[in-house]
Amino acid sequence: MQAIRQLISNTVVMPATDIDTDQIIPARFLTTTSRDGLGSRLFHDWRFKTDGKPNPDFILNQPQASGCEILVAGRNFGCGSSREHAPWALLDFGLRAVISTEIADIFRSNSLKNGLLPIVVDEKTHAWLIGHPGVEIRIDVEQSTVSLPNGSSAIYPIDEFARYCLLEGVDQLGFLRKHSDAIAQFEETRPWKP
Amino acid sequence: MSINAPKTLFEKVWSQHLVKDETPQTPAILYIDLHLIHEVTTPQAFTLLREKKLPVRRPDLTLGTMDHSTPTTPVRSFKDLAVVGESAANQVVRMQENCKDFGLQLYGFESENRGIVHVIGPELGATQPGKTIVCGDSHTSTHGAFGALAFGIGTTEVGHVLATQCLLQRKPKTLAIEVGGTLGRGVSAKDVILAIIGQIGVDGGTGHVIEYRGAAIEAMGMDARMTVCNMSIEAGARAGMIAPDDTTFTYLKGRPRAPAGTEWNDAVVRWKALRSDPGAAYDRTISIDGTGLSPMVTFGTNPGMVIPVNDPVPDSGSDPSFRKALNYMQIAPGKPLSQCPVDVVFVGSCTNSRISDLQQAADIMRGQKVAKGVRMLVVPGSQQIKKEAEALGLDRIFVESGAEWRESGCSMCLGMNGDTVPSGQLSVSTSNRNFEGRQGIGARTILASPMTAAASAIAGKVTDPRPYLLDS
Repeated sequence: MQAIRQLISNTVVMPATDIDTDQIIPARFLTTTSRDGLGSRLFHDWRFKTDGKPNPDFILNQPQASGCEILVAGRNFGCGSSREHAPWALLDFGLRAVISTEIADIFRSNSLKNGLLPIVVDEKTHAWLIGHPGVEIRIDVEQSTVSLPNGSSAIYPIDEFARYCLLEGVDQLGFLRKHSDAIAQFEETRPWKP
Repeated sequence: MSINAPKTLFEKVWSQHLVKDETPQTPAILYIDLHLIHEVTTPQAFTLLREKKLPVRRPDLTLGTMDHSTPTTPVRSFKDLAVVGESAANQVVRMQENCKDFGLQLYGFESENRGIVHVIGPELGATQPGKTIVCGDSHTSTHGAFGALAFGIGTTEVGHVLATQCLLQRKPKTLAIEVGGTLGRGVSAKDVILAIIGQIGVDGGTGHVIEYRGAAIEAMGMDARMTVCNMSIEAGARAGMIAPDDTTFTYLKGRPRAPAGTEWNDAVVRWKALRSDPGAAYDRTISIDGTGLSPMVTFGTNPGMVIPVNDPVPDSGSDPSFRKALNYMQIAPGKPLSQCPVDVVFVGSCTNSRISDLQQAADIMRGQKVAKGVRMLVVPGSQQIKKEAEALGLDRIFVESGAEWRESGCSMCLGMNGDTVPSGQLSVSTSNRNFEGRQGIGARTILASPMTAAASAIAGKVTDPRPYLLDS
């Protein structure tokens, strides 16, 4: 995983609440055996009309969305299926962070494994971001802050280990494997065996 | 917390699996007793293992099946199963290769034990009280019905479990949901869980493990308990759990992977301790009255948008997400859904494809006909359930009524195998998600119980099943 210390970008705003992972990437695109190239399928059925042409009303098809690395979305982003294809598709499309007032548990966990920043901000900061689409903001992973162009700055909650892994680009499998002896000892000494 | 402090069911299972406890700086290392795998969410994890030249640490604790892209069209032999689409067929081949190369047991197309991963785990007796169970699938919460701690994970974590049999986890919070009273006739576990999600919302369980308890839960059989725990994720919860009891032990006894002989007796003693202690503290507690519940149906595009079957669709004013959902569903507020003509009825999925689900649907279908213009699919959750249903003659009831009786698989729950709802059509489905496009591009899904689905197939519109039960 690539380390990430800060991100400065304009935002793209999708105010809908409860955007589920079936919208982020529909199930019929999960037959791949690779994690690459999924950006072309991101929000497929919102981005494209049934004839395959881009839907001009959808925000990611509009010129102001080009190059934006931060998605601001309504409450409970990423709910539903556990498919890690959702953060893979967002990252492959070029997004590096999702900001909401609530992010679903499995999506958050999957995002952190891939260096996509899942950021939960307070209602006030969120309402401001929803009301000011396209502004340039700064996310500081070291300080756990989101800085807005109006001069205000909000601290977001993040697990200490998750922050460390993002900053250092830590491979969590490597971290787990360092505990192989403890795992073997647990298997030996537990009172019952599965 | 003192070592003698009263503990919840969740805390007991959690603490028994800590290789290392969490600290402010590091998450807990949690040992996993059973890793279920399927074809869709594993290929990238096996690629990682190959790149790092790592073996699977515990092949004996890993169990595979193929369910998501499995065709359900009736065939004479498994050799006739033709996977729809080149990339899905490739994924199936990769699953077979990966299981062979890493020495993992796969209940593949040729196996009479294959089926939906959350159906066969319990059916084989691999799902047991007190185990930690994971799968790259959010409906892994199903297995919590046995008093296991079971939750869905992403593909990177599938790789972690394959390589180390462990996961890095922060301890979640606990939410007790007390379901009191007695369910009325025509009201089932599906209606209970839909009512709960309607009450707490699709994010009401985020960050929590739910424990379902109370008289209405205790009165349920294992199939019904699995339906409740299955949809915990639809309330945002990582897991749902129910304390094991005699109903649980009776279900498990004699199953192929359940303990036998003296091991069985030892296991039951251990399992009986898996109850929340009197006075154990939960982070939150809510209760609902089971006696007053009606059959429930969804009207929007998430499972929290749900009403009693005869109630009018609510109006949430100008909330844009609510408006967007009703617009997609082509449903107007103020009128009950019983006006809505139905195109497709699907009985199946890891939520409602077990033998008692099929029996409940068949009891309503017996001697009745599927309404003209309605397509009804009945898809058993496993080949074993298919066999059992056929022995009971349920297949004949469905076929004589005009429904299709299929091979097992995930099927029309998520339409990965070619079983889809055409664009614009309205489906009454016993599955778990009414998200936009879930059952096919432009498909409109109403979630309901097997009884409501069956009654709706006969009436050709969304229908209260209770009047259909009066004669039987």
